[in-house]
Amino acid sequence: MTKNNSSKLNVRSSIFEILKYAILLIFSAFAVYPILRVLTISLRPSGNLHSTSLAIIPDGATLQNFINLFTQQLFLRWLGNSLLVTITVTILGVALASTAGYAFSRYKFKGKEFGMLSLIATQMFPVTMLLLPLFLILVKLHIYDTFLGLIIAYSATALPFCIWQMKGFYDTIPVSLEEAAKIDGCNEMTAFTRVTLPLAAPALVITALFTFMSAWSEYLVAAVLISDRSKYTIPLGLKSFQSNFDTEWGLYAAGSLVVMIPVIILFVVLSRWLVSGLTLGSVKG
Amino acid sequence: MKTRSIPYFYVSPAFLILGLVVILPFLYNLVLSFSNMNLTHFRDWDFVGFKQYGKVFSEQIFYIVLLKTFIWTAVNVVFHVGFGVMLALILNTNIRFKNFWRIILILPWAVPQMITALTWRGMFNYQYGAVNLIIKKIDGFLQGIFGIFSTADVGNIIEPVAWLSGEATAFIACIITNVWLGFPFMMIVALGALQSIPKSLYEATSIDGASKFQQFRHITIPFLKPVMMPAIVLGVIWTFNNLNVMWLVSNGGNPSDKTHILVSFVYKAVFNHYRYGYAAALSLVIFLILLAIGWTMLKKTNAAKGVAE
Repeated sequence: MTKNNSSKLNVRSSIFEILKYAILLIFSAFAVYPILRVLTISLRPSGNLHSTSLAIIPDGATLQNFINLFTQQLFLRWLGNSLLVTITVTILGVALASTAGYAFSRYKFKGKEFGMLSLIATQMFPVTMLLLPLFLILVKLHIYDTFLGLIIAYSATALPFCIWQMKGFYDTIPVSLEEAAKIDGCNEMTAFTRVTLPLAAPALVITALFTFMSAWSEYLVAAVLISDRSKYTIPLGLKSFQSNFDTEWGLYAAGSLVVMIPVIILFVVLSRWLVSGLTLGSVKG
Repeated sequence: MKTRSIPYFYVSPAFLILGLVVILPFLYNLVLSFSNMNLTHFRDWDFVGFKQYGKVFSEQIFYIVLLKTFIWTAVNVVFHVGFGVMLALILNTNIRFKNFWRIILILPWAVPQMITALTWRGMFNYQYGAVNLIIKKIDGFLQGIFGIFSTADVGNIIEPVAWLSGEATAFIACIITNVWLGFPFMMIVALGALQSIPKSLYEATSIDGASKFQQFRHITIPFLKPVMMPAIVLGVIWTFNNLNVMWLVSNGGNPSDKTHILVSFVYKAVFNHYRYGYAAALSLVIFLILLAIGWTMLKKTNAAKGVAE
């Protein structure tokens, strides 16, 4: 390679380098800005809500919105309701998906293919197809406005993806490990619970995370199944700040931040598991 | 316990719940779709045969909303995959602060969808929304640059947009919101695939004189494709039925019920217009359309190959 050529190459690769960082910077700004915007609005003093400033920390920043949120609103109650529903759904979802996924990965049985395909089909249901009948059934049985309905509905909508996801991960764990464990005295059950299940930890964590997130932030099903303000989950409460004639942006933003921050922290902490734990079922390189 | 019954033992709790909340309502929905149930015929409804299906297909609005749904799905998935793969390719090279970038870029995925939607709705506000404020800032900047070369008053170079009150702009606003929340998923999936490519493949081929482009075409893409395909199928399914963004950004289809995709349109028919029979029929039609699309894609891409194994 001539000298001239290699310097040309250098110029090209350094343009490439700059371009890379430029793209990262633009997308990072795009990704972070709306979140910062929520922070800004939550810190605004009440007289200043309709500000046209773009400063991230607003003039006269105050925590008043947060104080109002926790003292004047049912916010803590909603937080409790959401935690109750979400944690129940997460435990239920992980328990059921980890066992069902295992069966789909390791055994041949009648109805297996139909079972897996019907799981995909449920992902194609428009939400109204289940919500309308569910709503009518609950109204006619007079068990409307209870958490039970919500818990069952959320578990069922989260399950198909979780099962797929767990099955995909089990597929990547060699069966020989279980066979070896059986020689060492494990039976069918304990080979699963003591050997395979612990190895599937990344997928369990991701499945739990997804289930948690989907239930934690779900609004449209809850809006139909819950109407009593004291039984609201967090998303319903947040939306109620917006539906008044004059949107209470300050309260909404403060509430959003309180809801969002734990999820973001959880997500970021678990993000190194995402790449290995997210196998998307059928994927095999 | 007999070995043969073990899989059923594992599967049954999950399918019991699914049966209760998925299959049972599904069948009830099927019954409803042949009925005339609505607010005035809530208890004394009758079977009316295929009348509701006839109504679905005879109204022009169905075809308009269907077209919008296709556009919505295609545009979103293209941007999700395009941005996602591009960022994954960058993140997979030698860059500084790799983990930092990765964490920043997955943030939109971590934000609860309804907060995303409501926040973006606020940002699209004509007067106080951040989007227009930024447009004004850029405009001011461009005018400043223009002013260096000319003293003539050029007026606004780019104008603030009344995002949520126009039919097309409200739709675009929904798409921007959905692109924002969706690209990190594709990025992570693509990143997983890229990291599974053995480095030795690149080393060996570059010794053999392969160019970067050839390596990309013959190593990177073949590794990326089998992983991205199922993700794309899932992406299409999820986007097609994404009620959250459409409903919350346009506040239930505003302006004047123009901003709809099928799933938000049918949600409105149920919970604002109480047309139960009609909505049940439409729901089933939506499901069948998506089933046809999903099935074709799964067949074409072989994405379900591992499912039945």
